[in-house]
Amino acid sequence: MTKQIVFAITLLITLGVFAYTISRIIRFFALTRKGFKVNRLGKRLMVTLKVAFGQTKIFRRPAIGFFHALVFWGFCVILFGSIEMVIDGLFGLERSLSFLGGVYDFIIASGDIFALLVAVSIIIFLIRRIFLHIKRFEGIEMKKISHIDANVALSIILLLMFSLLGMNAAYLKWTELAGQQVHGVYPVSQHITGLFTGLSVGTVFTHYQVYWWTHILLIFLFANLLPYSKHFHVFMSVPNVFLSRLEPLGKLPNMENVTREVKLMMDPNAAFAAPATDVPIERFGVKDAEDVVWKSYFDALSCTECGRCTSVCPANITGKKLSPRKVMMDLRARMKEKGPLMLKNGRDFTDGKSLIRHYISEEELWACTTCNACAQECPINIDHPKLIVDMRRYLVMEEGSAPGELKAMFNNIENNGAPWQYSPEDRLVWAKDL
Amino acid sequence: METRKIEIPVIAELFARGEKPEYLFWVGCAGAYDDRYKKVARAFTKILVHLNVSFAVLGKEETCTGDPARRAGNEMLFQMQALQNIEKFKAYEIKKVITICPHCYNTFKNEYPDLGADFEVISYIDIINRYIDEGKLKVDTQKFAKTLITYHDPCYLGRANGIYEEPRAILKKLGGNFVEMERNRSFALCCGAGGAQMFKEAEKGNKEVFLERMEDVMQVNPDIIATACPFCMTMMTDGIKYKNQEGKMQNLDIAELIAESLNL
Repeated sequence: MTKQIVFAITLLITLGVFAYTISRIIRFFALTRKGFKVNRLGKRLMVTLKVAFGQTKIFRRPAIGFFHALVFWGFCVILFGSIEMVIDGLFGLERSLSFLGGVYDFIIASGDIFALLVAVSIIIFLIRRIFLHIKRFEGIEMKKISHIDANVALSIILLLMFSLLGMNAAYLKWTELAGQQVHGVYPVSQHITGLFTGLSVGTVFTHYQVYWWTHILLIFLFANLLPYSKHFHVFMSVPNVFLSRLEPLGKLPNMENVTREVKLMMDPNAAFAAPATDVPIERFGVKDAEDVVWKSYFDALSCTECGRCTSVCPANITGKKLSPRKVMMDLRARMKEKGPLMLKNGRDFTDGKSLIRHYISEEELWACTTCNACAQECPINIDHPKLIVDMRRYLVMEEGSAPGELKAMFNNIENNGAPWQYSPEDRLVWAKDL
Repeated sequence: METRKIEIPVIAELFARGEKPEYLFWVGCAGAYDDRYKKVARAFTKILVHLNVSFAVLGKEETCTGDPARRAGNEMLFQMQALQNIEKFKAYEIKKVITICPHCYNTFKNEYPDLGADFEVISYIDIINRYIDEGKLKVDTQKFAKTLITYHDPCYLGRANGIYEEPRAILKKLGGNFVEMERNRSFALCCGAGGAQMFKEAEKGNKEVFLERMEDVMQVNPDIIATACPFCMTMMTDGIKYKNQEGKMQNLDIAELIAESLNL
């Protein structure tokens, strides 16, 4: 009974802290702009099955992608056991879902195997991060804290897997000594019950309980650390894939507010027909964190800083300042800085800084070729180019700021209908003497 | 060999006579003004005539799609261009548009519908591929029999619109040897000219993007770099010059390769 009460209190604290964190994040989302509508749910489900659960994009790098897929699939399977632990803890039960019979045995056995596979994968990840020099884990945006963040999260996952295996092994030994029926199948941990050889039934049971509590408390701790870490990815990536833009990568979203203005310009009569009073005046493009559409912020929170985007960016490869990963990290950091101030002082609050310039320079923005290699590569369908173009839109339409050659290009299109300075009269010269 | 002189049909003239072509051939600014790419527009026109496709061009009425303006952030200018073009297409009752430039293709196909456009957009790659499949376009497989060809994916056909296999299918029909670069299809490296980079100097870095791509090309050392985009063509042709490969390899558009294999 004491165990149940302690567990219930711990769970309540965990859920409470988590709810607080999430409610704050939801309030940050409320500061952002409306984007596309989330429709075509069937198609979204298919994309989620393929890209998230099938891990298809992570396999674009087959070797290391394989180990990530193991970790992902392992988490999915092990989650079942974690849910069972919560039920057991709350109601003072032991292996409460074992009534599922063969299905239970299968899932528990898979979880036991995956615990080992995940642990091995995590060790490989840690070795890569700590001892090998992997180019894509470096870059101007990768501060010391980014590396610590990664290693702490990986270490917690490793401890989670060790405690799970220890728990299973102690459980097996205890059932053996106490003459209890074994629920579930444990292909991996049955080989490590030797750890508890020579101990009394009571001591083994204590070990079992210690592993049980260690495992579940680590899960609770991890869950509450994640939203403050790049590993928020664990929660956000599957929804982020589900919420992907389904249109071709080449399509940029239309700016409705500009369409209204252009139509007024082209047809002055419309100015009288359609009063614009119901339309709030909105900044063109993105200058600061609150100007982004909600999906861009979702992208930023989902990013786990793997750097695959940056490693394929033609600008970055050739030594330019642009790094698509940095753009996402900057948006996240800027919202973290300005979001709380806006919640306190209103959306119009300004601290004299902005996402453009204080975080992302114009030089970075103008280096993008909109080739979409970053978006193509992102394992969770983050869309960097849209955000980059949104920031260009602010620079051009609100500040009239663009490289001189681009301004000349704009003038050419305006004056002679082509980006180069040629007369429309010469449009058919190419076809002479064909 | 066909030697008949081609008179390009202009849509306004046809319209005045009450005639309507099946397709509008959208030449694009590069097709009209870029000296190198004009040859591609000419090659593709010859293919259309050879196939007896009913088409016309807008001629002096053609204007920029607005794509480079949009990608450079000038949404206002883009939409002005787009709305003008859409009105023009409606006035001429244009229902099908063929493009050679992938940037025009992408904007027409994916972005104009948001502004009320209602016409079908077809890449020249699709037209060529379709006529080959239907057996109406028969290439001379001897012409390139001893040629090694590689293909540089333009971002706006490839990643932007998922057109990877059609250009390869065409090139493989030419009868030569086809070789892939290490970075190909969705992994292909940009030439460096998209997103309005074509019209400006690159930001400071340690290398030009087109030279990085040219090194991919040189690893497979082809006789021909096939491209399907005017900007890629500018960059790859420059790459050949910068890397002193002028005697060894040349950069040709898929339309030029087909026209040549047809002896047009």
